[in-house]
Amino acid sequence: MNTVTPSQYLPENPREFRNFRAARFDFWSFFFGGLTGLATLLILAILAVILVNITLNGWSAISWHFVSTIPKKDFFNPDTTGILPMIIGTTIRVFVMTLFVIPVGVITAIYLTEYASNTSLVTRIIRAAINNLAGVPSIVFGLFGLGFFINFVGKNLDALLHNPGPVWGQPALIWASLTLAVMTLPVVIVATEESLKAIPPGLREASLALGATKLETIWKIVLPQALPGIMTGGILAVSRAAGEVAPILFTGVAYYMASLPHKVTDQFMDLGYHVFVLSTQSPNIEQTRSILYATVLVLLALTFALNFVAVLIRARVRKQLRSGH
Amino acid sequence: MTDILMPKLSVNDARPAATGGASLIEVQNLSLFYGASKALKNISVTLGEKVVTAFIGPSGCGKSTLLRCFNRMNDLIDNVRIEGAVKIGGHDINNSSVDVIELRKRVGMVFQRSNPFPKSVYENVAYGLRLHGVKAKSELDRIVEQSLRGAALWDEVKDRLHSSALGLSGGQQQRLCIARAIAIKPEIILMDEPASALDPLATARIEELILELKKDFTIVIVTHNMQQAARISDYTAFFYIGELVEYDTTTKIFTNPAKRQTEDYVTGRFG
Repeated sequence: MNTVTPSQYLPENPREFRNFRAARFDFWSFFFGGLTGLATLLILAILAVILVNITLNGWSAISWHFVSTIPKKDFFNPDTTGILPMIIGTTIRVFVMTLFVIPVGVITAIYLTEYASNTSLVTRIIRAAINNLAGVPSIVFGLFGLGFFINFVGKNLDALLHNPGPVWGQPALIWASLTLAVMTLPVVIVATEESLKAIPPGLREASLALGATKLETIWKIVLPQALPGIMTGGILAVSRAAGEVAPILFTGVAYYMASLPHKVTDQFMDLGYHVFVLSTQSPNIEQTRSILYATVLVLLALTFALNFVAVLIRARVRKQLRSGH
Repeated sequence: MTDILMPKLSVNDARPAATGGASLIEVQNLSLFYGASKALKNISVTLGEKVVTAFIGPSGCGKSTLLRCFNRMNDLIDNVRIEGAVKIGGHDINNSSVDVIELRKRVGMVFQRSNPFPKSVYENVAYGLRLHGVKAKSELDRIVEQSLRGAALWDEVKDRLHSSALGLSGGQQQRLCIARAIAIKPEIILMDEPASALDPLATARIEELILELKKDFTIVIVTHNMQQAARISDYTAFFYIGELVEYDTTTKIFTNPAKRQTEDYVTGRFG
């Protein structure tokens, strides 16, 4: 073996190392850096324009009376109208949707990550189906809801219960919520799957090696860890569903109701649909414009509020997980 | 080639003459396949009770795979098929009548990467106890303290029992995993390179602990660290590409191995 001496690695003239090449302006780095910054700025600008426009035009029509009144027949008149039933309708349909979409989505994600074999044909078909579900236009979900939930499930339920007239077999809060749940299912499944996959396999092994069953391991170790991710899925689902109109068009929303919904089989009024009604059905567009903007503002505020509450709860859960309780 | 590598040990002569305790784990002609590839080749070996047995060998030699046969952790992997038998206390643990939950309760395991649950120190140790039906607070408190003392961790964590286990150092976390394993009073503790991710000081503490634990538990340890095997084990088994090359007292393996290949490995000529 040859003896290696440090001198072999040194240049013959050490001065070579002292001369660095002069820094050069790299045009393409500058160009692409600027491009990405501009794109981001554009998005922020669009968002700002929308928010400022809506706030400026709608703010004047916002009053306690406006948000706390059940309108009489003429809800195009800014002086007498209110949007309480729409606020309540939108809130309830989103809430009922969450009750369905979270359990079904989480259980599906658990099946896919914890039980199903990743390579099997069935799993691949399920995954493809979930991806396709995410790409279906929302009006198609509305038609599906009408055909499946109302005309099939509802009508058969009525027949089964010997109801004299349609109780379940007509547009209703429950069917609108279920339709929205089907629509947002992919979001919850994918978010839950991601959070389940992020849990170190070592934790599952440790639990199983202590003599836990698979169910105990999922219930006591995996799910608590996945909770923030599941909530992220819920937040995304709520954000998407709160402003959707098409899926509820045939499945439960009403043009006008004199009273608030009492049962899940009642129809309901909705902020998003009300925006559509105000902008297309008003006999006097100039007069209605301020409440149209105000309704949009309330819809945005409600969506933000629902998200904000969910984000707060998630932050709390994360903190508890970190502190180990 | 096969003759040199394969000692062709039968059940009886696989057990060193000087085995201390009664035999506890008997492996009989065990082969294990991942799909088509054979990871363990006709292994027969008998491990004694309340002694430390070390499995050594280069990466991929099957030592961890064999360890994981003892608590059936290989069940979790798709496409694993085994032939032959693993008997613990005379019972074939792969028999369909054996409850794998009870098996894992009686054969505990400590993993290479410390994997405490993201719960409090207390809840980590109490986890297994709660699984197996211990509910009374006083009982839980007592066993948690006992286990943490047993894992030489009590003094360091007694004031922070209810804070997160993830705040402990790597060595403390690994001792917590040992405490968690001994809390449910297994008969056997399997250790899969328990100190490989730790610094020398933390490693020394784990080794001391293993020597202490062997009074009450049968320990099987997989290690890459030959000095560690020499320091803590009573018996050593050397594996090479899925085969058991040599199994004897640790002194014999490290001072006067019967096989050339063993000698080459323990003296660091390969591996």
